[in-house]
Amino acid sequence: MIDIGLGHYLTLGAIIFTIGVVGIFLNRKNIIVILMSVELILLAVNINLVSFSIYLDDLAGQVFTLFILTVAAAEAAIGLAIIVVYYRNAGTIRVEEIDELKG
Amino acid sequence: MAHAIFFYIFSTIAIISAIMVTASKNTVHSVFFLILDFISISCLFIMIGAEFLGMIMLIVYVGAVAVLFLFVVMMLNVAQQKNQWFLSSQSSSHIPIGLIISTIIFFELIIVIGGWKYKPELFEKINSTSSSEGISNTHSLGQILYTDYIHVFQISGMILLVAMIGAIVLTFRQREGVKKQDYIKQISRERSEGVEVLEVQSNKGVQIDD
Repeated sequence: MIDIGLGHYLTLGAIIFTIGVVGIFLNRKNIIVILMSVELILLAVNINLVSFSIYLDDLAGQVFTLFILTVAAAEAAIGLAIIVVYYRNAGTIRVEEIDELKG
Repeated sequence: MAHAIFFYIFSTIAIISAIMVTASKNTVHSVFFLILDFISISCLFIMIGAEFLGMIMLIVYVGAVAVLFLFVVMMLNVAQQKNQWFLSSQSSSHIPIGLIISTIIFFELIIVIGGWKYKPELFEKINSTSSSEGISNTHSLGQILYTDYIHVFQISGMILLVAMIGAIVLTFRQREGVKKQDYIKQISRERSEGVEVLEVQSNKGVQIDD
């Protein structure tokens, strides 16, 4: 309990990952919150990579965390651009009103 | 001891703010809790010895991504939308299924982590100082980032470029009724269509039709 080891950090990553997944599943608001949940999931992956990297004394994990950060920033920019375009066309970004592909 | 205290403080803040990101009624509050989450996780990173990544997370996420989210939330005027969180006015049959699936995912992850317990030599204390020879974390990261991982680094730069171009192309729109410079039209103007030489008689003006 007092001795913080690798397992504590991995458990923190697992909890944040699951909260992100719950946020995607149970969302009834707008898509922006779903994008934020995706950011939470990527953050959980970063926690895992950094803690393994520190623990095993191998810097490759931190390098790949840097690349995940890059991809997350690019994904946020593209996703928000798509949301802006969709809002301009449809006038809403509520999750339950986006059902044009429902068939 | 101090490590444990700070770990529990920061991880509790991170978990609570992650829950609030998904559960808060106002989207602007969600963005603020996302910022709080990133700040506490970067404090954790700095604490266990990955200072460069902690600082980069502060700069990239809190400085850029969260402000981008906030900008879009303000621009789209969705901050006032009240959500029906668990109110189930319509069909909300996906909520129990979603909860069940995410609980299963969580326990799978916990089982995987618990599997490490059976290799006790891999489960000792994290050494809080990663640098052994007095080289800082940033220094050693830069030493391998620009040598061993230079190609991946450049590819990530290309990804950022493509994302920038994509975002601009997606949100670009031509508006009607806005006067803009047309360079092609300006350059391709000829003398014959711009200047006209007239013989002007005295005491008579020139009729300009325009």
